[in-house]
Amino acid sequence: MTTEHFDAIVVGAGPAGNSATLTLARGGLKVLQIERGEYPGAKNVQGAVLYADAVEKLIPDFRDSAPLERHIIEQRIWMLDDTSYVGSHFRSDNFNEDKPNRYTILRAQFDKWFNKKVKEAGALVICETTVTGLLRDKKGRVTGVTTDRDQGEVTADVVVLADGVNAVLGTRAGLRPEVRPKDVALGVKETMFLPRETIDARFNLKGNEGVVIEAAGTITAGMTGTGFLYTNGDSLSVGIGCLISDFAESGVRPYDLLERFKRHPAIAPLIEGAEVKEYVAHMLPEGGYEAVPPLYGDGWVVAGDSAQFLNAMHREGSNLAMTSGRLAGETIVAAKKAGKKMSAKTLKAYRAALDDSFVLKDLKKYRRLPKVLETNKHFFTEYPRLLTHAAETWLRVDGVTKREKERDIVSAFRHRRRLSGLVSDMFKMGRAWR
Amino acid sequence: MSETPAKPPARAAKSKELPEHLKAYRHVWVFIELEHGRVHSVSWELLGEARKLADTLKVDVAGVVLGPAGEGTDQAVAEAFHYGADQVYLVEDPLLTNYRTDPFTKALTDLVNTHKPEILMLGASTLGRDLAGALATTLATGLTADCTELAIDGTSRALAATRPTFGGSLLCTIMTLAARPQMATVRPRVMSMPEPDRSRAGPVIRERLDMVEEDIVTKVLDFIPDADTNQAQLAFADIVVAGGLGLQRPENVQLVKDLAEVLGAEYGCSRPLIQKGWMTADRQIGQTGKTIRPRLYIAAGISGAIQHRVGSEGADRILAINTDPNAPIFDFAHHGIVGDALEILPALTEAFRARLAVDRLAG
Amino acid sequence: MSQGLTMVVCIKQVPDSAQIRVHPVTNTIMRQGVPTIINPYDLFALEQALALRDQLGGTVTVLTMGPQMAETSLRKAMGHGADRAILLTDRFFAGSDTLATSFALSAAIGKINAETPVDVVFTGKQTIDGDTAQVGPGIARRMGLNQLTYVSAIPAIDKAAGEITAHRRAEGGVQVLKTKLPCLVTMLEGTNELRRGSLPDVLRAERAEITTWNAKDAGIEDVTKCGLKGSPTKVSKVFAPKPRSERAAMIEGADATPAAIAAAAVETLVAADPALPGVITRPSALA
Ligand SMILES: Cc1cc2nc3c(=O)[nH]c(=O)nc-3n(C[C@H](O)[C@H](O)[C@H](O)COP(=O)(O)OP(=O)(O)OC[C@H]3O[C@@H](n4cnc5c(N)ncnc54)[C@H](O)[C@@H]3O)c2cc1C
Ligand SMILES: Cc1cc2nc3c(=O)[nH]c(=O)nc-3n(C[C@H](O)[C@H](O)[C@H](O)COP(=O)(O)OP(=O)(O)OC[C@H]3O[C@@H](n4cnc5c(N)ncnc54)[C@H](O)[C@@H]3O)c2cc1C
Ligand SMILES: Nc1ncnc2c1ncn2[C@@H]1O[C@H](COP(=O)(O)O)[C@@H](O)[C@H]1O
Repeated sequence: MTTEHFDAIVVGAGPAGNSATLTLARGGLKVLQIERGEYPGAKNVQGAVLYADAVEKLIPDFRDSAPLERHIIEQRIWMLDDTSYVGSHFRSDNFNEDKPNRYTILRAQFDKWFNKKVKEAGALVICETTVTGLLRDKKGRVTGVTTDRDQGEVTADVVVLADGVNAVLGTRAGLRPEVRPKDVALGVKETMFLPRETIDARFNLKGNEGVVIEAAGTITAGMTGTGFLYTNGDSLSVGIGCLISDFAESGVRPYDLLERFKRHPAIAPLIEGAEVKEYVAHMLPEGGYEAVPPLYGDGWVVAGDSAQFLNAMHREGSNLAMTSGRLAGETIVAAKKAGKKMSAKTLKAYRAALDDSFVLKDLKKYRRLPKVLETNKHFFTEYPRLLTHAAETWLRVDGVTKREKERDIVSAFRHRRRLSGLVSDMFKMGRAWR
Repeated sequence: MSETPAKPPARAAKSKELPEHLKAYRHVWVFIELEHGRVHSVSWELLGEARKLADTLKVDVAGVVLGPAGEGTDQAVAEAFHYGADQVYLVEDPLLTNYRTDPFTKALTDLVNTHKPEILMLGASTLGRDLAGALATTLATGLTADCTELAIDGTSRALAATRPTFGGSLLCTIMTLAARPQMATVRPRVMSMPEPDRSRAGPVIRERLDMVEEDIVTKVLDFIPDADTNQAQLAFADIVVAGGLGLQRPENVQLVKDLAEVLGAEYGCSRPLIQKGWMTADRQIGQTGKTIRPRLYIAAGISGAIQHRVGSEGADRILAINTDPNAPIFDFAHHGIVGDALEILPALTEAFRARLAVDRLAG
Repeated sequence: MSQGLTMVVCIKQVPDSAQIRVHPVTNTIMRQGVPTIINPYDLFALEQALALRDQLGGTVTVLTMGPQMAETSLRKAMGHGADRAILLTDRFFAGSDTLATSFALSAAIGKINAETPVDVVFTGKQTIDGDTAQVGPGIARRMGLNQLTYVSAIPAIDKAAGEITAHRRAEGGVQVLKTKLPCLVTMLEGTNELRRGSLPDVLRAERAEITTWNAKDAGIEDVTKCGLKGSPTKVSKVFAPKPRSERAAMIEGADATPAAIAAAAVETLVAADPALPGVITRPSALA
């Protein structure tokens, strides 16, 4: 045990932990950040799209020094069946703005850069150290952490749990229920090297312009999930994710699913000739609003994935993590300045700040979605097939009258899915969206 | 010299031109590594290589033998000629009985300063590397270690020594332009063994070691030969069977040993197995293990990472067994089996056993 | 023995070679984003020094020559328990080969020695990027230290008598050598396992002042002996190994059973190298 006492300890050096630590250090607190990876980012996985807004709030001039791959000027959303896709593309020169809104990044590099800023702000950061548990006093107040090193206990007024999706620490300490398999998805991803020029030519890009593709459909073999392909500087990120509970039930191996996705005729030509640099698997909290655990207590708060802050519908996670980390930090700094104890009563202000931000507002908006998708698998089987069938029928010029084609399309829908089912799906989806 | 008039020719010329006093350095030398009365085979491999370089340069090849007077030394001198030396430099002294850095460095430094070779090659053994490092510093010259290819640069007449760098993912060619001799070490089994010509002989130039035991601080108290007769002889094996993480469990290492047993082969492994303690460190094949050059290499459940590749791709023939058809090992293996090593290895053991039995009956 | 041993461990920060890729088009190394690590061989040297300190007392100083960012490695080494760290950094050092590196390191060790006489200098067996195993012997020669390479164990050190006994890996066996302090030891790999520092160790390491010396601080007057200028070897080209043009020919067998595949494999191998059965020597194979 070190005799040294800190104002705050932050567990984890992902987006949530870094944002919290930065805010705390800037607020003049004596803060210790503990990361188990070899360096911040070493263990972190993300697609990855970075949303400027959340970073800007912490580091307004981040564009000058952050390792950014490409800014996104085009978004494709595809619905795939086994051989085709239908979809929408949105591309705009307006995204070639001074301060672009979305970037692709490589997390290992970005997190390292972010953490450098954290250190510069005066926080003490140690890596290769795993927090194994929380220290509690007789009243159950969290008073510090234990680590996997010799003499590994250290105390603080407050602990910020930003330990990611598994949320082991909170669970182990009984501060929250265990994470349920249906609330987490497993994402597998490969970074594939491809020369910059080839990417530019293949996706019609110049300079630092980038494209992101989000894909859903039969590629997930009936499981709830989506695939993606992002352009980085000289690599592509290709990945796919599905609910853990679905993987368990179907017996499909995540890696095989990714291989299948890569072989899909819509994807294969885009990644042709690319060399796999790295394969990673990581979990995502997709339980949404209903799965959000208790967020604060005596001597602790939780932020980021560990609090299930992820908007699966819009593939946002890091921005929720950063925002929640920042709000946690601000709450603690304010309490410290006011000379308050870090009690549940004081830290309740964190929950209020979250309620007031897009983090919980957005999650609330989609609160029904996880259930709809989880219990209506035809969104991942029938609908993609029907949609592509419709498109193909409509576009093939073969002497068949347009009226007949219309009839064919409608009857295909009715045949696969009873009208009542169709209507109810639309209704559920609509409600989930509101 | 000055084909590029756009640039000031002086500078270009300067970097290529050998300073006057170094022009006296001529001939290619090979240090003949003699220990416990035996010459390390890498020395003969180097003589073969030296012959090629010397022929290009139109100079002679010399062997350098250091050791105590006696049968071993005589034998080494005679064989040096068989393997291609035109002359042999010989320092005989009891102080050279067991290898120690100081007397060997002194003997070789004096020889070099007196007779001025332009190239000096040593085996990249523990002895050769110890000696080469000390010698290069003393002579303030360049040393390129662990070369895989040696050639003469046409324009500068310099030794162009190619070696792996960055963990074997790249090769680089290194030259020593303004210092002599140019030194290089080469690992055993990287160069091929020349055919000896038993009729060859030549002049022996003897020098003395100007040293007494009192000058040498380091004493050899003992030599403990590797007692373990199971000590892997991977570098010299004709057939090597190796396993990787694809073996999945420590007990499956036996499948590799079984096949090796039937083939009279050595067995080895990829690095993770050493780290897990499934095999002893002397059996690691690769960049940080042994370089092998067998006739046949069978690799089971090994992905073929670059560090493994650099140590094994010198094999004449490679058969790889891997469940993943895209495993990188199939990029440099000659034959591949996509399948479960745990099933294929025992089947191979049986198939070879059967085949050998047939051969024996037939012949 | 009151003051214990003064030890210096030379460590180098190297790119993790497992993660280096070659740009398939331009054939250049893509070092961007490649994490750096402490040269794995140096960790054995570090642990040996720490173990001797546990045993006999004294101090362990880690020393590296490299860019400013090599500080990370020094801090890591301190997190494992080293007492002090020195970073030798100067633009004059850029492009050093082993001769120039050992020159600069020797100067720095000389300076440490002037403060407190150094008993043992440790280096790793070799680096994974330079890979020459030369810097250790280079330092020893230049500083007139007794040189012990490929050391697998140090059974005895007697500071009062100024003597050290070491096991040195040689071809076909182990030499037991005795020499005088001060000496230079290059440690063989696999000889020990680096300890994990305690939490107070890492906290101290993270906050430690890293002593930074430039050429002048290290007492180097003749900078022409440093860096590119002081390096007799020149890298004339760097290139990717030629990939084998064909991929492996797959052996499939009459049916997909392991036995059929194995039989086909034996046929293929013998057809490709008819002398192969003759090479298979061990008679027990036929039992
Ligand atoms: C395949 C995939 C694609 C994604 N794509 C996107 C995207 O495009 N855009 C987006 O915004 N989001 C995306 N996300 C989500 C995003 O990655 C997460 O929401 C975000 O990383 C959450 O940040 P965090 O700081 O809460 O957790 P993490 O980033 O997981 O960080 C937690 C940190 O804590 C450390 N840690 C954990 N336990 C301990 C312990 N006991 N002791 C010490 N340290 C510990 C971990 O090593 C880690 O560094 C994606 C996720 C995945 C898996
Ligand atoms: C500085 C440095 C030096 C290194 N030096 C070396 C070195 O000298 N030698 C070395 O080998 N490595 C070395 N490595 C490690 C190297 O990078 C690789 O990590 C290592 O070679 C991988 O070992 P592997 O192929 O056994 O394991 P993996 O890469 O895990 O591969 C296992 C393979 O087995 C296959 N497989 C799985 N199950 C089966 C089955 N049932 N049947 C058949 N196949 C199966 C898999 O498809 C996979 O291809 C070094 C690394 C570094 C950083
Ligand atoms: N730049 C450096 N700084 C400190 N030590 C070094 C440096 N380069 C090499 N060494 C040491 O010398 C040993 C041998 O290195 P090398 O000769 O490059 O194989 C390494 O294991 C290190 O201990």
